[in-house]
Amino acid sequence: MSDERLLTASASPHIKSPATTSRIMLDVIIALIPSLVAGVLIFGPRVLAVTGVTVGFCVLSEYLSRRAMKRSNTLGDLSAVVTGVILAFNLPSTIPLWMAAFGSVIAIVVVKQMFGGIGQNFVNPALLARIVLMVSFPAEMLSGWANAFAWRNDNIDALSAATPLAALGDGAKELPTLFQMFFARPGCIGEACAFALILGGLYLTVRGVVIPVIPFFFVGTVAVFMLIYGAATQENALTFTLYQLLGGGLLLGAIFMATDYATSPLSIKGKIIFAVGCGLITSVIRVFGNMTEGVSFSIILMNILVPHIDRLTAPTPFGVVKEKKSGKKKEGAEAAAEKEAAKA
Amino acid sequence: MGQKTSGVLTAVKRVRGGVRVSHNKNTAALETVRIPVPSRVVIPMQMHIGAPCAPVVNVGDNVSVGQLIGDSTAFVSAPIHASVSGRVSSVGEIKLPNGNISKAVTIESDGEMRLWEGIEPPKVETREDFLKAIRSSGLVGLGGAGFPTHVKLSFPEGKIDTLIVNAAECEPYITVDYRECIENSWDILSSIKTIKELLNIPNVIIAVENNKPDAIEVLSSIASKEDEGVDEIKVMTLTSRYPQGAEKVMIQSATGRQVPPGKLPSDVGCLVMNVGSVAFVARYLKTGKPLVSRSLTVDGSAVANPKNVRVPIGTNIGEIFDFCGGFKKEPKKIITGGPMMGLAVIGTDLPILKQNNALLAFSESDMLKKEGDCIRCGRCAFACPFGLQPTVIERYAKINDIEGLETSGAMICMECGSCAYSCPAGKPLVQTMRLAKHLIKEAGDKK
Repeated sequence: MSDERLLTASASPHIKSPATTSRIMLDVIIALIPSLVAGVLIFGPRVLAVTGVTVGFCVLSEYLSRRAMKRSNTLGDLSAVVTGVILAFNLPSTIPLWMAAFGSVIAIVVVKQMFGGIGQNFVNPALLARIVLMVSFPAEMLSGWANAFAWRNDNIDALSAATPLAALGDGAKELPTLFQMFFARPGCIGEACAFALILGGLYLTVRGVVIPVIPFFFVGTVAVFMLIYGAATQENALTFTLYQLLGGGLLLGAIFMATDYATSPLSIKGKIIFAVGCGLITSVIRVFGNMTEGVSFSIILMNILVPHIDRLTAPTPFGVVKEKKSGKKKEGAEAAAEKEAAKA
Repeated sequence: MGQKTSGVLTAVKRVRGGVRVSHNKNTAALETVRIPVPSRVVIPMQMHIGAPCAPVVNVGDNVSVGQLIGDSTAFVSAPIHASVSGRVSSVGEIKLPNGNISKAVTIESDGEMRLWEGIEPPKVETREDFLKAIRSSGLVGLGGAGFPTHVKLSFPEGKIDTLIVNAAECEPYITVDYRECIENSWDILSSIKTIKELLNIPNVIIAVENNKPDAIEVLSSIASKEDEGVDEIKVMTLTSRYPQGAEKVMIQSATGRQVPPGKLPSDVGCLVMNVGSVAFVARYLKTGKPLVSRSLTVDGSAVANPKNVRVPIGTNIGEIFDFCGGFKKEPKKIITGGPMMGLAVIGTDLPILKQNNALLAFSESDMLKKEGDCIRCGRCAFACPFGLQPTVIERYAKINDIEGLETSGAMICMECGSCAYSCPAGKPLVQTMRLAKHLIKEAGDKK
């Protein structure tokens, strides 16, 4: 033992890719920064206070709950920071800070850590926290919309702006222009600037953090649905569709929340099914549901279906392609024939 | 590189999944050099897959290079020969890098490398002669697997329509197969012609990754000369993506055929041979000198002068590193084979085996990431060349769900390590897959 220098004798492979969990999370944070900057410019410095509170309380809750459960400290993976920022993006800038803190605790403790921590939550923590806040404090969550850039001039009207989607529903109120919709509009902190969100999405794609299948099919499904619906009911279907795509939390949800690793399917096929499902539910809620929560509910509902989607879309292992499929089909056909026979 | 050599095929199919690894082929330009005669060799009686050999020499015997020192009556086995001339100093036991205990013959070298007088080129006229000759040559798969070659070649006549000569060498660092292509290209071609003729295989594909343009150039020019219009020996370029050289992946890339789970390459009409093994066959048929030495790449961040060396089987690993200038930094990890699938050893006091194609020493204290929780990013599933989902298999293995494990296809995993390489959470997924296979086998035994 003393003669022999000790060597590491671990199992292969002996080299590893540079990708790490914390680097991936850091990339997500970097991708969120343009939208955060946009949020501060549009809604004022209070955005920083709200984001600071959500990030701070997410990190604190993660630390304390891991300690209480006698588990390793996982602050280093930066996922709590990501949850904090995304939660802030889902809140109006006027929200009382203690509510933002409450939401953070719900996201981390109830949704994430109670189910086993990173990768184990079955729904998106920030989204569920948003829904809990929505149900608990509807007044603060739904009527505190600040007009874009209103914080610069102490305008009393600043807080009365309806979100564009609500306005689109009412028809009476004045709508922001499409240009405003793309760069700066009333709404939650993170959804106000579509341009910044798309920039973040591009960064994630370039860095290989997400494969843009989910955003593409999610937004695409809503676009197709709204074009058809718009053609049947609206004067200008294209404008209507564009407002639908840029309004609400669609881009924020499609780019940053529906793509959450833990709560989206593994395979490409699964991701497509998931995203189309999100798009359909969003559209149905928006058109027939008469409320603005289309994106949140659609993602949460599809999150719950992910284990089933994963099971149905598991790739066929190498070399077993034809045998299994034909066998299964036969079984299915036989079963159907039997059923028919039984009916007759 | 830009010049396109006529008659070079491109892959039929791309690797599914796989990973991009940095090639680190630092020794590609270095000609293979012979190591000085080692003072002593330790030759284990089990280097190959299959039954171990029994020593046929005793302590005190004088042996010479190429003399039989271990043999077995089992079919799946390969005889073992003395790699130096000298005196047998012990017939004892040794612990191999994989943890198995094997009998081993130690020979104190007299430094003369005297050839055994019984060595003569084998007379090979028929298929049976050929298979017998290959068996007595002691040849095993030199690409790393160590499967006795004569077993691989004993297929029913007419079953194989394509011989694939595997020169992909997709593992980082290793360049011995590349050197073989450059230095011994005529051996490779003459071997191919013999195998093709005697075993009646119509088509031959020499498969090389596209990061070795000179090898492709050399081989295709010789192939077209040798082939003389018959056009049955082709060079094929493959994308350089790990694990391109894995047998089943190779077959799919070269022919588009998939080997079903539990089946052999011969079941889809293919025979895959490592290029080093192929080249050896030609030399053996010419000289009758059995497999007593092999080439290997010595490299890694801790090695002073990386080299391609030719060493007698059984040479001490430490002695080979010394020949390469020793260590410039203290080694923390030593690997026999490549960094993706090679075996980490616990010390340098071990012999080189027939199937070792590289010896790597690294100074990094730990090249592994700290293990964290799975974030379900799916990188392992995208990396798997066999379409498995290691993260799902891990969950099944954790809860001992045998049914889940069986349907997930865990048994077909070849442990290429692409999943573990790409995992951002640093999960030891290859170990997980081994555990999964073990659980399935254990459950099968209970039934």
